[in-house]
Amino acid sequence: MSRVRVLVGTRKGAFILTSDGTRKRWKVSGPHFAGWEIYHMKGSLVDPDRIYASQTSAWFGQIIQRSDNGGKTWNTPGSSAEELKGPDGMPKGESNNFVYDASAETGKPLTTHQWYDGTQHPWEFKRVWHLEPSLKDPDHVYAGVEDAALFESKDGGKLWHELAGLRGSDTGPKWQPGAGGMCLHSILLDPSNPERISIAISAAGAFRTDDGGKNWRPINHGLHSEYIPDPTAEVGHCVHRIALHPSRPNTLFMQKHWDVMRSDNSGDSWQEVSGNLPSDFGFPIDVHAHEPETIYVVPIKSDSEHYPPSGRLRVYRSRTGGNEWQALTKGLPQRNCYVNVLRDAMSIDSLEPCGVYFGTTGGQVYASADAGDNWKPIVRDLPAVLSVEVQTLP
Amino acid sequence: MIRVVLPPHLRTLARVDGELELEVNTPVSQRSVLDALEAQYPMLRGTVRDHITKLRRPMVRFFACGEDLSHESPDAQLPEAIATGSEPFLIIGAIAGG
Repeated sequence: MSRVRVLVGTRKGAFILTSDGTRKRWKVSGPHFAGWEIYHMKGSLVDPDRIYASQTSAWFGQIIQRSDNGGKTWNTPGSSAEELKGPDGMPKGESNNFVYDASAETGKPLTTHQWYDGTQHPWEFKRVWHLEPSLKDPDHVYAGVEDAALFESKDGGKLWHELAGLRGSDTGPKWQPGAGGMCLHSILLDPSNPERISIAISAAGAFRTDDGGKNWRPINHGLHSEYIPDPTAEVGHCVHRIALHPSRPNTLFMQKHWDVMRSDNSGDSWQEVSGNLPSDFGFPIDVHAHEPETIYVVPIKSDSEHYPPSGRLRVYRSRTGGNEWQALTKGLPQRNCYVNVLRDAMSIDSLEPCGVYFGTTGGQVYASADAGDNWKPIVRDLPAVLSVEVQTLP
Repeated sequence: MIRVVLPPHLRTLARVDGELELEVNTPVSQRSVLDALEAQYPMLRGTVRDHITKLRRPMVRFFACGEDLSHESPDAQLPEAIATGSEPFLIIGAIAGG
């Protein structure tokens, strides 16, 4: 029987939740990396026992952890005695060394971006927000970082180098931090075209490469953001999350600061599909495992009141790719609920029917084993949940 | 041997208990102690000081012999008691936040 493994990153450590395919009884392990912020963990589709984790701290900076046995044990790549030695014969231990590529070869010097006071500010690495393993090779993994840039490692996380064409694009000086920092939080790999990657940055917008990361262009046509001087500007939009279904990679879904959007041409143009949502502000958006026109969002009251409207925690599901939304409430608190669901804190398994999972800033992880019709908490009292990823295992 | 005390989170990361003992080149300074620490425990690179600039991370402090040496030059000689191993060199995570 298939199993599921839910990887939960929180403000104070990582937790791993496992169940068989019925998804009724859960085993909880953790905290792993206790006391550290775990922004994201994600496993390889090719080798599900290979999991990458972003472990960060305001005190001690960024650490990349890797497990090769499904989260039982972890290591910092390149730091063991037998790995990746420098000229002195010692391991290099550079798996947390994220250096913006300002080399002459790339022609992309360390540029500046817009700072809160309107002045220009140099890029400064702060943390890894999102790790996206390649669809083909477990040793190949991408990292979306703050200040916004995309890095990749082709040796299992030992060494990282920047895909500098993104940050060095002409629009870079217009990017600016959102309230949570200037982070690259979404990385979509196109299963039908290995050269195509779409990413999103808060607050710059969405961008796409069609040549494996050398050249990038903004894909924000159709977005409308009242909170910026030119609401239809090429960049400057606060995109919270983008998602796709692997069977239709040209259709992208977006939860923006306000507005839920879709594109049917790989982001070349977008249309609003907020429809009858009680609020079109929110953070995560995800797609059903088997129905590419069924999508999920969690409406949040507003950009200054980050909790569900009316204190009722409701996931909204559209079976029409947007516009027509249905509230999913069974098993979710419908009074006095004032938690948030962050952008990387929703995930969907590929069982039949598919399971939907999300974590809250109140420390609950909710699961539905029937595509959202009914919900139960797996755990209720974790630290604030930053990210949720689910792996469907044989 | 130089004695070094790491903050708890870095002891966990380096998989060590209690104090460390390091062979350090003379003259014994913050830089030579941290060079030896990072050579023996590569996973600590970037956690105490920046990979490239080698500047101390803002919320890390260096204490020794009852004094805060955080703002001393990285190349300043550390007290004799550190060099002889009679006192430990303390790497501290600043008290801040939750």
